[in-house]
Amino acid sequence: MTSCFGFSQAAPAPAQASSGSQATDQKIKDLEERVIALEGQLRMLESKQQAVAAPPTTTAPATPSPTSQAAAPEQAEVTAENGQVPVYGGATGQAKALNPDISLIGDFLAAVGHNTARPVPTLEMHETELGLQAIIDPYARADAFISFGEEGVNLEEGYLTFTALPAGIVARAGKMRAAFGKVNTLHNHVLPWTDRPLVTENLVGGEDGINDAGLSVTRAFEGPKGLFIEGTGQVFRGDSDDVFKSIRREDVSTVGHVRAYKDITESTNLDIGASYSRGHNDAGLLSAPQFQNDFVTSLYGADATLRWKPLRRSIYHSFVGRTEFVWSDRQQFPAAQHAFGMYASGDYQLARRWFVGARYDHSERARDSAQLDQGGSLVLTYWPSEFAQLRAQYRHTDYAEQQNVNELRLQLQFAMGAHGAHPF
Amino acid sequence: MAVLLACSLVFALPAHAAKKLNVITATTDLASLAQEVGGDKIDVEAIAKGYQDPHFVEAKPSFLLKLRHADLLVVVGLDLEIGWLPPLITQSGNPHIQPASAGYLDASQFAEILEKPQGQVSRAMGDVHPLGNPHYWLDPENGRRVAKGISNKLAEMDPPNASYYQQRFQDFDKRLTAAEQNWDAQMKPYNGRKIVTYHKSWPNFAKHFNLDVVGYIEPRPGIPPTPGHTIELIQQMKRDNVKIIMVEPYFDLKTPNNIASGTGGKVLVMLPSVGGEKEITDYFKLFDYDIGLLKKAFDETK
Repeated sequence: MTSCFGFSQAAPAPAQASSGSQATDQKIKDLEERVIALEGQLRMLESKQQAVAAPPTTTAPATPSPTSQAAAPEQAEVTAENGQVPVYGGATGQAKALNPDISLIGDFLAAVGHNTARPVPTLEMHETELGLQAIIDPYARADAFISFGEEGVNLEEGYLTFTALPAGIVARAGKMRAAFGKVNTLHNHVLPWTDRPLVTENLVGGEDGINDAGLSVTRAFEGPKGLFIEGTGQVFRGDSDDVFKSIRREDVSTVGHVRAYKDITESTNLDIGASYSRGHNDAGLLSAPQFQNDFVTSLYGADATLRWKPLRRSIYHSFVGRTEFVWSDRQQFPAAQHAFGMYASGDYQLARRWFVGARYDHSERARDSAQLDQGGSLVLTYWPSEFAQLRAQYRHTDYAEQQNVNELRLQLQFAMGAHGAHPF
Repeated sequence: MAVLLACSLVFALPAHAAKKLNVITATTDLASLAQEVGGDKIDVEAIAKGYQDPHFVEAKPSFLLKLRHADLLVVVGLDLEIGWLPPLITQSGNPHIQPASAGYLDASQFAEILEKPQGQVSRAMGDVHPLGNPHYWLDPENGRRVAKGISNKLAEMDPPNASYYQQRFQDFDKRLTAAEQNWDAQMKPYNGRKIVTYHKSWPNFAKHFNLDVVGYIEPRPGIPPTPGHTIELIQQMKRDNVKIIMVEPYFDLKTPNNIASGTGGKVLVMLPSVGGEKEITDYFKLFDYDIGLLKKAFDETK
């Protein structure tokens, strides 16, 4: 009886303790879940402050959302008049979350060898590119790249991209590198060489290239059998280095680019493109006023890129083969010039940090197609990390005015900050 | 007349009755979780393959077309995809999936995030993620949280099927709880065992299954192994009697194999993602595979 009683007394105690412990465990678990959820909400709040400003109007800022008010109380006070962009002052710690992503890429070059045709300094801080990138509002993002070089400061690119247009259209407005071929679209730090090919130098404006203030519209289409087709149309003011020169307002230049891309396998893909560009050139400046607008340059381009990157070892091995062909028709006095140029290159990644490459160059000159430059390069690249790069390029060039130019070019690049990825 | 009637009937149907939600995810794990809760009401596809390094995916133009038609884009977040996804989103021409839009879902908001760097963050620390370690899906508890978040998002985007998504989540929750009990039981004998991993991909996995990660083959995140660090690691493994080296399928095995031969250890090619091998077709099979591999290796290296 006692034992029975004792059992009946004793049995519920552990059960109660157990259920109490379970309840406590459950409470702790619930609290943990709550903390995790709140942490997530906090992260999202912070990233939303960066991603979205208040919905814009053209004449005055819209009412800031509670989150933006919390982030920057000054914003509620600021009003913009006559469509001016409001200026927000007194950046608090939280308001800094609205700052754009800032990056800086340095490009240091050294050159050895005797080159009188196109000399470059022995040592130069060739370029320091400051990048500012941010989402402006729910409808657009902005990217600005300011280049500090030995010759001064230059807005390399600064444009607004409209991401919320109907029918899959992506539009840009601002100063930008034109969609002519491949190399013209690339910033220095993403080139696989220390220089640009001769055809770019001779026919497409060199390092600055076709890079002008204008408007761009792009639309991608799905072709048959998984083919990706992209069409781009651009209109520029008409001033691009020594390629185009606008004398009158209506002397705009235009660029058209069609691209077809196909995944051959999951590791290999082929990207081909055709480009056209037309604009007035500077031959008009030397002519009588009534003939100033008669001189036009037309450029035709074809490009192909073959990429291979095995997905299971994508950080160790890859290959990129590129080629571009450019034809230039330049009207000038006394006779129009029809010049042709091309390059072909291959770059192979040997290991996680090592790349080797080679390039062949051949190009006539836009202003005198009888002058031919040819050359070749061997390139070795080493990445100490994802944010620094050392490169050596041996370059042999036969210029029209100087044969057998042998040079060794060394390059050191480094990146700081959050530089957004460039388009493929 | 019959044709007109048929046409009018077709157009009279509500759009949602015919159209599935088109969900694109950054990784296969998120695709698997989305499929669990979305069932046959969604079409889901991942951009990165399960056997490739999710930090370094090529932003191929063919992905643009997938994004163009997406109703919902689910990303891992915490800057995991910063090197490839932003330009794809910008160029997709799809306003619905732009960051902070209704069709953009950052799954990290639902998860427990570990290894948030404290104090000053610099690249001297390697390729660190300032917001925390993005490999959070390797804790089944986070899988549950993310699945719930996706389920709620689908319900918000497709209200007529909200109860369907809720029910799918509850079913997933039950199956995951049962599977978790099984995985926990399998791993219980190895609680507190010390391991070395190649990259910092496994903190959430290690926390959940109570494993002690004592070192990494990478001297710092994203920095390839150096001879000096490898020698130090071998000495540490010998000192701490560590026998297991976990390596993701996209890393070279040369250094891990050298370390294993120097320590009498074992290299395990663990899968961090669904689809890492052909037979790993869903979130459950991912843990079945990894736990099976670990258990066998622990038993062999007692």
